[in-house]
Amino acid sequence: MSTSFVLNGKPATLDADPTMPLLWAVREVAGLHGTKFGCGMALCGACTVHLDGQPIRSCVMPLSAVAGREVTTIEGLSSKQAKAVQAAWIEHQVPQCGYCQSGQVMSATALLEKNSSPTDADIDSAMSGNICRCATYSRIRTAIHTAAQSVKA
Amino acid sequence: MSAQTLIPPEPARRAFLKSAGTVTAVALTIGFDWASSTREALAAAPAAGVPFVPNAFLRIGADNTVTVIAKHVEMGQGAYTGIATVVAEELDADWAQVRVESAPADATRYANLAFGKLQGTGGSSAMANSWTQLREAGGKARAVLVAAASKEWHVPASEVTVDRSVVFHAGSKRQATFGSLVRTAQGLPVPDTVQLKDPKDFKLIGRQAPRVDVAAKCDGTAQFTLDVEMPGMLVALLKRPPRFGGTVKSFDAASASAIPGVVKVVQVPAGVAVVAKGFWAAKQGREALKVEWDESNAEKRSSATLMDEYRRLAEQPALPARKEGDAAAAIRNAAHKVSASFEFPYLAHAPMEPLDAVVKLSADGCEIWAGDQFQTVDQGNAAHAAGLDPKRVSIHTLYAGGSFGRRANPGSDYIVEAVSIAKAFGADGTPIKLQWTREDDIHGGLYRPMYFHKLEAALSADGKLTGWRHVIVGQSIMAGSFFSAMIKDGVDPTSVEGAANIAYAIPNVSVELSTTKTGVPVLWWRVVGSSHTTFAVETFVDEVAHAAGEDGFAFRRKLLDHHPRMKAVLELAAEKAGWTDAPLPAGKGRGIAVAEAFKTYVAQVAEVTVGEDGHVKVDRVVCAVDCGTPINPDNIAAQMEGGIGFGLGAALYGAITLKDGRIEQDNFNNYRVLRMNEMPRVEVHIMPSSEPPTGVGEPGVAPVGPAVANAIFAATGRRMHVFPFSKNGAV
Repeated sequence: MSTSFVLNGKPATLDADPTMPLLWAVREVAGLHGTKFGCGMALCGACTVHLDGQPIRSCVMPLSAVAGREVTTIEGLSSKQAKAVQAAWIEHQVPQCGYCQSGQVMSATALLEKNSSPTDADIDSAMSGNICRCATYSRIRTAIHTAAQSVKA
Repeated sequence: MSAQTLIPPEPARRAFLKSAGTVTAVALTIGFDWASSTREALAAAPAAGVPFVPNAFLRIGADNTVTVIAKHVEMGQGAYTGIATVVAEELDADWAQVRVESAPADATRYANLAFGKLQGTGGSSAMANSWTQLREAGGKARAVLVAAASKEWHVPASEVTVDRSVVFHAGSKRQATFGSLVRTAQGLPVPDTVQLKDPKDFKLIGRQAPRVDVAAKCDGTAQFTLDVEMPGMLVALLKRPPRFGGTVKSFDAASASAIPGVVKVVQVPAGVAVVAKGFWAAKQGREALKVEWDESNAEKRSSATLMDEYRRLAEQPALPARKEGDAAAAIRNAAHKVSASFEFPYLAHAPMEPLDAVVKLSADGCEIWAGDQFQTVDQGNAAHAAGLDPKRVSIHTLYAGGSFGRRANPGSDYIVEAVSIAKAFGADGTPIKLQWTREDDIHGGLYRPMYFHKLEAALSADGKLTGWRHVIVGQSIMAGSFFSAMIKDGVDPTSVEGAANIAYAIPNVSVELSTTKTGVPVLWWRVVGSSHTTFAVETFVDEVAHAAGEDGFAFRRKLLDHHPRMKAVLELAAEKAGWTDAPLPAGKGRGIAVAEAFKTYVAQVAEVTVGEDGHVKVDRVVCAVDCGTPINPDNIAAQMEGGIGFGLGAALYGAITLKDGRIEQDNFNNYRVLRMNEMPRVEVHIMPSSEPPTGVGEPGVAPVGPAVANAIFAATGRRMHVFPFSKNGAV
């Protein structure tokens, strides 16, 4: 069985079990390793990717469900919001172990793409699905505010 | 053969993991037998492109790249950056040209000097143990480069200076990059001794050097074990017994083998593994696999049963961990007595990267890729599982997606599982990645032990603390492992650290330990003993202060005159938090706590808001830390912030519980950890110091629980005696 969709802006056809979660299709079939496995139950956000611009948990999204749609992983980030988020992440030295950070960057980018001036409450609401066991949360919050400023500047 | 017979303990020179008391460390030295081709390459005459390798920690390339070899795993704590900073400082290297590479498993060169002869990371010791070693490594390399310039330019070495990877001679206005001196440097001897810098001349240490790993961790390119891929690699998931101590009675692989992509089903000591062409096939195969378990020796008790037993044991005679004066008499004769007991559950580490390891095993060698935290131990245990000499086991240490102690365990559980699967598969050189799921992690044991603490204190009529008795009941982390040599007179130092070395001046002190046994495997968890002892001590001392009618800060401060560093962080935290400012409005409270862990001193003041429904929101934590010479202040702050979030999540929600021997939690839905909306504002203040550096990865965890508990008391009058606070109806 193969599933065709747009992966990081390019047409892709993956030959895999259609029930396979998108996470494993992206990692093991497409060979893109930036998206991480953390819980397998949409509880931690480490596997966050964008589906038609919306952040989703790829660990519970069957490959078949993305047929004909647009999937963006951390490797395909290109918007000015994404670049601002990644620059702010470096500026504020956000990552520690770094394992959850692809997911954090994906969620933060999606937030800024629809809300150019997120409040702390907006950040709580957009980011509380992304667990960081190193608890880099304060820096993530600061970095999102910095990124929002730099996109507007 | 067990790890115990493989690894004989011997009296050690240095304390492992903990400062207090007389301890021994494990001595074992396993090197790696380099392939002869590598040996020949290294022995070859200097040639273009061959780097200058002055010692085991450093390589300087003709392209000016300075590669620092890190003997410690990078698991988020910033070890790579800290190690590189210290080497680069004494080398006077250009930070932009510094790279870090992980050391191979080779205890002859890369032992953790705090662990004796064992290579590994833990006990917040990475910088403390290697401080002088790395300074000398950098300094000696610098001396050779200076000598090379002196030789090339025919000028005295004393007139040669170095700045940002460039060597200068002012008199002749000559300069050369490190890279251009590599060939000459290769032919020169490395000095035995070197004059280290005066700290006032530090250019990198004490500054905000950016972390070497951050950029790759922002764009998804950082390589974790999960990301290891090689031709023909298979993925294994292991079905383990539902109760600790269970074993395989029989299994039926037919349904599992029928799943497309499943290659083989193999039995190993830890269970039955499904080896497949990818994770999804392996997972489906494992779900289809039928295993009948022999649970005749399995642990079938519940947490509540265990805690009842612990409570009873707290009333029985226990072994002394510290005894000064006569605490029992002081309490018996006290004008006022204060008493309390505390209950702590098992806790899982739950690092974001579930445990994983890639093993390539053949008849004559075993190659391992993992976020390896305990190289020498893992090398020995892997060799035993594989039936090979430890010198035939090589380890590639990759970034670990968190650990918090989990990846450093005496039995090397996940490594041994991976090796035994590769062996059962046929040891044919097929690379196999063992992948744990989150449920495997939560169910998988090696938890922070459950504990019961009972405390009693004596107050004189004028409010002086005259007696202190602290009884701790719980499992030993070190018993049954080769670390058991550190257990002295029945007292495991990791059970009582933070309690036995209570810093307060009290004339009569008795700290006692009753060690229990259960079938639940336990392990150190970030900040180890102080993850529970600091809570008991710092919450109880607050209760005693309250009983004496005194302010919690003032009461502690008076008892710390003999302990200037601890007193100083307490005062700094209180000052920065505005402790003596106007009281907070109703529904809000401030709490304070102080701890020493791994020779680092940390005090924290928490501010909380408690809703009418009892919901606790931690608004702010002010943290003061004295970790000796601050190597990277921004990383120290990051570790304090992270430690606070980690400890706070456990204090509010963390609990692994057993029901008839089965773990009741499965994933992050019912093993709750801190999330973004619950993270307080954190302010970190670092004490200036020229003492040798101590660790920062763990100590920040210790005071946050009691600081928050004391703040909840200030806001509500309710004490938190049962962990997590959600069990007290406080969340």
